[in-house]
Amino acid sequence: MFFDWLQQLGHRGLDIFERIGRAHLLFFAILAGQPGLLSRPRLVIAQLYSVGVLSLLIIVMSGLFVGMVLALQGYNTLVKFGAEESLGTVVALSLVRELGPVVAALLFAGRAGSALTAEIGLMKTTEQLSAMEMMAVDPIRRILAPRFLAGFIAMPLLASIFSAVGVFGGYFVGVGQLGVDAGSYWSQMQANVDIYDDIVNGVIKSLVFGLVVTWIAIFEGHDCTPTSEGVSRATTRTVVHSSLAVLALDFILTALMFGD
Amino acid sequence: MTDTTPLIRIRDLHFRRGERVIFNGVDLDIFPGGITAIMGPSGTGKTTLLQLIGGQLKPTRGTVEVDGQPVHELRRSALYALRRKMGMLFQNGALLTDMNVFENIAYPIREHTELPESMIRTLVLMKLEAVGLRGARALMPNQLSCGMARRVALARGIALDPMIMMYDEPFTGQDPISMGVLVRLIRSLNEAMGLTSIIVSHDIAETCEIADMIYLLAEGRVVAKGSLPELQQHESAWARQFLNGEPDGPVPFHYPAADLAEDLLTMTGT
Repeated sequence: MFFDWLQQLGHRGLDIFERIGRAHLLFFAILAGQPGLLSRPRLVIAQLYSVGVLSLLIIVMSGLFVGMVLALQGYNTLVKFGAEESLGTVVALSLVRELGPVVAALLFAGRAGSALTAEIGLMKTTEQLSAMEMMAVDPIRRILAPRFLAGFIAMPLLASIFSAVGVFGGYFVGVGQLGVDAGSYWSQMQANVDIYDDIVNGVIKSLVFGLVVTWIAIFEGHDCTPTSEGVSRATTRTVVHSSLAVLALDFILTALMFGD
Repeated sequence: MTDTTPLIRIRDLHFRRGERVIFNGVDLDIFPGGITAIMGPSGTGKTTLLQLIGGQLKPTRGTVEVDGQPVHELRRSALYALRRKMGMLFQNGALLTDMNVFENIAYPIREHTELPESMIRTLVLMKLEAVGLRGARALMPNQLSCGMARRVALARGIALDPMIMMYDEPFTGQDPISMGVLVRLIRSLNEAMGLTSIIVSHDIAETCEIADMIYLLAEGRVVAKGSLPELQQHESAWARQFLNGEPDGPVPFHYPAADLAEDLLTMTGT
C-alpha cells in the first residue's frame, strides 16, 4: 500500500519534470524560429491583431473601472489626512507599478491565453499540425513562433493602455465627482512618478508576464491530449497556471525592484 | 509495377508506444508506380506506419528507407526536403480551418516556391479540377461535406506533384457515392501522375478493388502479403478471417480479461 503510494508519487514527480523539460525544449525551438519571422512580418501582424487588438476592449473597460475604484478608495483614505491632493500619485503609482501589469496579465491570460491554447490544441486534435509537418512546413516556426512574439509584444502595450485608461478613470472620479483639484491631480503625478523606478519597472514586469503567459498558453496547446477533453483541460490549465505564475512572479519581481 | 527496386524499404521495424508494442519485426517493400494497401484491424498501427514513413516518428529498432534514404536518421532539412516529395491524405482531411479551399491548396505551393500569383492560381485550379471541386474554391472548410473535404485534402496532397501519396483511411465514414468517387480518383491520379500510392485502410472491398499489392498486418507483424487472388488462397487462418470479416477466429472477439466467473464474483473496483 505504502509502496504503491510512493510509486505513484514518484510517477507524478517524473511526469512533472518531463513536462517542464518538454516546455523548455519547445521554448528553445520557438526562440530558434524567431529570426525566420523577419522575412514574414505578416504572420506576426495577424497574431498581434488576434491576441492584442481583440483584447483591447476588455483591457480598456477593466482599466477604466480599476482606475475609478482606486480613486474612490484612495480619496476616502487620503481625505482623513488632508492629503487628497496626492490622489493622482496614488492612482498612477498603483497602476503603473502593480495593477497595470498584473491585472492586464491576468485578463490577457483569460482572454488571449485561453484562446491560444484552444486554437493550437484544436489544430493538433484535427491533425492540422501533423498535416503541416507532412507538407514540410514546420508548425513551430509557422504557427507557434509568431503567436509567441505577438504575445510578448502585445502584453506591455496592453498593460500600458490599461494604466493610461486607469489614470483617466481616476481623474473622472477624483476630479469630476469628488472635487480634487485637477491641477494638483496631474502635477502631483508628474512630480512623483519616476520614469525608471516606476514606469520602466512596470514595463519590465509586463514583458516577463507576457513571455510567461504566452509560453504557458502555447505549450499547453501544443502538449495537450488530442481529444476534446484534452483541449478543455489544457485551456483550464493555461488560465490557472499562468494566473498563478503571474502572481508569484509579481511578488519576486516586486521584491527585486522595490524591496530594498 | 514498373521497377523492381523498392521505393520504400522497411526492415525489421520495431516500434513501441510506452509499454505497448506496436511493431515487432515488420519487413515491407513498396514498389514505385503501384498502389499498395496496408490493411489490418483497428489498432494495429497502420497510421503509425505512415507516420514512420513520413519521419514523424522514429522506430525503436530497424530501418525505414524512402527513396534510398533512411528517414529516421535524416537531419531536419533533409527530412523536410524528402517530405516535399510525399503527399498525405489524413483521415479527416486536416484542412487548415482559417483558409478557404483555394488557399488551402495554394498553401504548400506558396510555402515552397516563389511562383507568381497567376501561376499559383492556374496550378490550384488544375488540382481542384482534377478532384472535381473547382467550383468550391471559395468555400471554407466548415462548409464542406466530409467527402468534399477529403477531396480538397487530396488536391492539397498532390499540389507539389509528389512522388509518393499516402492515404490514411480514405474511405472511412463516406457515403457510397463519395466512396466511389474517391476510389476512382485514387486510381486515376496514381496513373495520371505516375504516383506511388500507399493506402492504409480496413475497408476491404474498396481497397482491394484498386490495390496492386496488399499487406495484412496484425499483432505487430506482416501476416500475409500478395495480390487479392493470392490472399484469398492464403493458408493463414487470420488472413481469411480478416478478408471475410468473421467476428471470431484467430483474432478473438474478447479483449483479454480475467475469467468471467471470477470477475463477476469480485465485488469491488471497476
